[in-house]
Amino acid sequence: MSVLIWVAVALIGGGGSVARFLVDGAISSAAGRDFPFGTMAVNISGAVILGLLTGLALGNDEALLAGTAAVGSYTTFSTWMLETQRLTEEHQYRKAVLNVVVSLVLGVAAAAAGRLIGAQL
Amino acid sequence: MLSPVEAISRVAVEVGFITCINHTWSPVKSGSVPKPAEVSVPYPAGASAPHGQARLVRPRADRREITAIFAGGAIGTLARAALAEAFPHSATEWPWPTFGVNIVAAFLVGYFVTRLQERLPLSSYRRPLLGTGLCGGLSTFSTMQVEILKMLSAHAWGLAAGYIGASIVAGYAAIHLATALVRRVRVRR
Repeated sequence: MSVLIWVAVALIGGGGSVARFLVDGAISSAAGRDFPFGTMAVNISGAVILGLLTGLALGNDEALLAGTAAVGSYTTFSTWMLETQRLTEEHQYRKAVLNVVVSLVLGVAAAAAGRLIGAQL
Repeated sequence: MLSPVEAISRVAVEVGFITCINHTWSPVKSGSVPKPAEVSVPYPAGASAPHGQARLVRPRADRREITAIFAGGAIGTLARAALAEAFPHSATEWPWPTFGVNIVAAFLVGYFVTRLQERLPLSSYRRPLLGTGLCGGLSTFSTMQVEILKMLSAHAWGLAAGYIGASIVAGYAAIHLATALVRRVRVRR
């Protein structure tokens, strides 16, 4: 595997992270900050795209760049968990549980839908 | 002695993005957040205090903030991708690379964010660099979802349930632990 691929992984990963920041910010300012809708929107949209890429059955380098680097960095586990933990600190247990359950259910469903679409293409 | 986490964050501070902090950045996303203009933060002697008044309107996409996120995201993604390539696994095996980076990133984000919010002077680039960038790029949600989907497709129900449960419990516990560790240290004044 060439050095160029890894340079591309880093650059694409940086870009994916910036994209997450911008989408999160846009959704959060539109939907309010009482519930972490921004992170949820990022994660669900990322799951559908990665599902689609999985359905396309890409080659190794393509999967690394588009899947692992781009979509992988766009979505986040750490912020999702942080926001959940902060909700429980504020005794908002219902929101915390909802944040975990809805993200997981929609996440797997989104990945499945994406894979189905990808397989049709 | 410096803990590894502290060392990393100090190096990150030394390496770049230092100097002026001329706008405040509201870090908490949920709950009651003071508006930037209302924030008052103690600046320890020697730390750079903001010059001039804090801007009332927070710039929407500060270039330094974006650069910090890009740099942190690039490093985090590189580490995650390298681990994923180094330790490939089948659909019915425990996805150690993803599980590992997610839990480590959760611990780190808990540490960084708590420390930056509650223990260090307000900074405009550290949370974007370390939290949004590094931890966000290191961790991934989409890969985890596709891994779960593949487990379900392979009828590995127990593995899928175990992976989901362990990720949530360990991720939550990691943030809780990191937060508690930071809060045990008294506030620097």
